[in-house]
Amino acid sequence: MTGDEIRGAVLRVLGEIAPEADLSTIKPDVPFRDQLDLDSMDLLNFVIALHEALRVEIPEADYPKLATLDGAVDYLTTRTS
Amino acid sequence: MAEFLMPILGADMSAGTLIAWRKKPGDVVKRGDVIAEVETDKGLIDVEIFVSGVLEKIVVQPGQTVPTGTLLAIIREEGALETAAPPAPRPVAPPVAQPEARVVVPPVAPAPAGRVRISPLAKKLAAELGVDPSTVEGTGPGGAITGEDIERAAASARAAALAAPRAEFDREARMRQTIGAAMARSKREIPHFYLATTVDMDRAMRWLAEENLRRSVTDRLLYGVLLIKAAALALREVPELNAVWRGGQCLQSNAIHVGVAISLRQGGVVAPALHQADRQSLDDLMQNFRDLVQRARSGGLRSSELSDPTITVTSLGEQGVESVFGIIYPPQVAIVGFGKIVERPWSVEGRIVSRQVMTATLSADHRVTDGHRGGLFLAAVDRLLREPGRL
Repeated sequence: MTGDEIRGAVLRVLGEIAPEADLSTIKPDVPFRDQLDLDSMDLLNFVIALHEALRVEIPEADYPKLATLDGAVDYLTTRTS
Repeated sequence: MAEFLMPILGADMSAGTLIAWRKKPGDVVKRGDVIAEVETDKGLIDVEIFVSGVLEKIVVQPGQTVPTGTLLAIIREEGALETAAPPAPRPVAPPVAQPEARVVVPPVAPAPAGRVRISPLAKKLAAELGVDPSTVEGTGPGGAITGEDIERAAASARAAALAAPRAEFDREARMRQTIGAAMARSKREIPHFYLATTVDMDRAMRWLAEENLRRSVTDRLLYGVLLIKAAALALREVPELNAVWRGGQCLQSNAIHVGVAISLRQGGVVAPALHQADRQSLDDLMQNFRDLVQRARSGGLRSSELSDPTITVTSLGEQGVESVFGIIYPPQVAIVGFGKIVERPWSVEGRIVSRQVMTATLSADHRVTDGHRGGLFLAAVDRLLREPGRL
């Protein structure tokens, strides 16, 4: 998958978890938790949805790498290549 | 015959709007079936029925807002005589006195008719429906007000009364208002006392990390589930905290239904029940907790989940809060709070080590228990969290 495709997948999942969020205003280098007021249940659902959409295993120790949009895209690009 | 009423889904609910019926007259209903959707300040709620039988008659139509305790439908119970005549539908008073109860359709005292031309029948109808004839335009002979005019005016007033609150307040404001009323009542009526203890979370967090390492993404646990289970098990040791206060007395519950505080995206909070939390495995508890959060935020909580909690657990650690001293949610008699897990220097057998610790708190009702028993409860929570493999 390309970086753009992964970015699209990440944003789509985010939109499902935080439907009230304006995804066009997301700052790519700021943690989702700070921008979207996500809690641990949201983040768990985020990881599960990415796992199911992209068919990648994501160890719990790697969760911090998914904290921002740029970080998530970089991490998932590596994991899916 | 059984009456299906607008439920009371917590001390802060005084009315609800019937949104839709899931069953129609003549349908068979079973205990536990969701038969109606009701909108409250807490969102859209699936309302269950607690008898089995046949839906005989619908009394309240979709779109109507009525006080809690109002008759919504009549159920012919299983085994009831086929020939039994249904009772006349009637609005019934809420089963529990609600000091903050809002009257959705306030009756308006009719003004003296004065020189208004109105038939005796229409005048009587106006008095019954709370319509002021001087505000009604007559369509009868010579502009006289007829019964139909009065009925039309009453229907119009009802519609206006129903629409007004929606226009004035958004959901968040209404929820804030109702939470405020319930919490004010709690602080006014319940003699709270507060306790706190520091819990060593090191073993629990290490156990959780090892456990999650072995699990696939979809089966992992959140540490919040350990806290809920520990609180539920500790209640077995101090059962008077697992209770409700009704009619001037404490009624202990045999079942432990933990209400978990869930913040909503649109603002506000709900605390629906995880039923029999002490009996659920951590896996089941996690799955049910996840489902509960999802439904709390998107709509679809069940009425029993809002009316059944016997205690509330709230955790604000993720927001960076170290200690939370909650206000008891009536009619419950206690609320447990968990704060942020932080790393602190900790003395173990004379050595200073680094430990992950968390502040656990208890707010409890002094009419029911005291600090000694509350302390035993917190000590039990601490002990249980030090043995996470047994949760």
